[in-house]
Amino acid sequence: MAVVDIKTPLDKKNRKKLRVGDHVRISGFIYTARDAAHKRMMEALEKGQALPMDFTDEIIYYVGPCPAKPGEIIGSAGPTTSGRMDIYTPELLDRGLAGMIGKGNRSERVINSMMSNDAVYFACVGGAGALLQDCIKSVEIIAYEDLGTEAIRKIEVEDFPAIVVIDTLGNNLYETERKKFAHKLWI
Amino acid sequence: MKRIGIQQIIDHVAEMCIEANTFLSADMMEGLRRAKGSEESENGKEILETMLCNFEIAKNKNIPICQDTGMVVMFVTFGQDLVIAGGSLEEALQAGVAKGYEDGYLRKSVVADPFIRTNTGNNTPAVIHYQVVPGDGLKIKILPKGFGSENTSALKMLKPSDGMAGVKEFILQTVETGSPNACAPIVVGVGVGGTMEKAAIMAKEALSRPLGKHNPLEHIEALEDYLLEASNALGIGPMGLGGINTVLGVNVEVFPTHIAGLPVAVNISCYVNRHVEREL
Repeated sequence: MAVVDIKTPLDKKNRKKLRVGDHVRISGFIYTARDAAHKRMMEALEKGQALPMDFTDEIIYYVGPCPAKPGEIIGSAGPTTSGRMDIYTPELLDRGLAGMIGKGNRSERVINSMMSNDAVYFACVGGAGALLQDCIKSVEIIAYEDLGTEAIRKIEVEDFPAIVVIDTLGNNLYETERKKFAHKLWI
Repeated sequence: MKRIGIQQIIDHVAEMCIEANTFLSADMMEGLRRAKGSEESENGKEILETMLCNFEIAKNKNIPICQDTGMVVMFVTFGQDLVIAGGSLEEALQAGVAKGYEDGYLRKSVVADPFIRTNTGNNTPAVIHYQVVPGDGLKIKILPKGFGSENTSALKMLKPSDGMAGVKEFILQTVETGSPNACAPIVVGVGVGGTMEKAAIMAKEALSRPLGKHNPLEHIEALEDYLLEASNALGIGPMGLGGINTVLGVNVEVFPTHIAGLPVAVNISCYVNRHVEREL
């Protein structure tokens, strides 16, 4: 299986080269945000306030890590279910977000927004918190510290393993792969 | 009369919370290894390999397998002749959870009010189900329940005329909708009968039955076999990216019910199906 190395930030030209099914290793800075951070960002936008950072060409990782043990910089840090962020994601894609890392399928509205903004959605293996923690080299809280595990963190990753599951053309691995193995007649 | 002190309970519960989140039980490990052996999808095989590799890293570094260390569900079987010395059993169980989540660097994922959503800071309260039995024993079973899979669970009050076919359809629908988001290959706990809450509690406890151990009732064993094969024919596969291993096991429990009803609860667990049991 071919593996594509990608570096963040990820501009449109490089996003468009990625195709559904590509196995990638991501290196560089990415940003953590999940339910509560997204909700707070949307509230900021509604009030006409700025977001805590510029997401242009950046990648959000949907994760709420465990606390770091002594001598570690972060605890287990696998992906959470992306679908809960569907309601918020198009707002961020319209502001330049390059892609998201999580698990599980996305809504049609998110996929349409991804296509119009040339964004990519990556999945990594859910539950693999210990293995993914190993790829994180630095951690800095940049916003909403009071949210604890749900704060926005800037994390540096090295060879973070993921799969392109929805590409800039809207090709969706959740739809295509399942068909190959479904034996509907059995049911 | 047998006595157990509350500190002993606190310490056991704390240890069990850490153990459940760091090491997966032998039956689950075996189920995943078997899945990797049989998987036909390339993505699926690689994902299962990553899952197995992650267990090793968690064990060696002594850190949680998954960052979602769950909301704790407990099944406590309490002998009516037992004396709890030094305080309240409920408070000791909750204090044990708080200690385990602090000492074990586990994620605190519980919010105090479902609308206001402020984190309680120590992962309590746990949801505790008690059963009082003859004797002087104390058995504590702990299931830290992650919510990626909990959110895909469902309950339906079917009609008696829906029968076996209706039950099968509802369970398969729940598996089909839920498993791509629930970190498949999943384990499916099912409770049929009783009342609404009885069905749900049976479904939860069914998740702690070891993989491969069937319900002793013949027609329920047949239902478990059917549901396992039918689920794996859906093609959803590991992490929903295609394959023949969507479900590792289906555990069904039944209970007498009302002449007018057929409650069915489906509780889904991710492949990190954590459960630890101790008899004190």
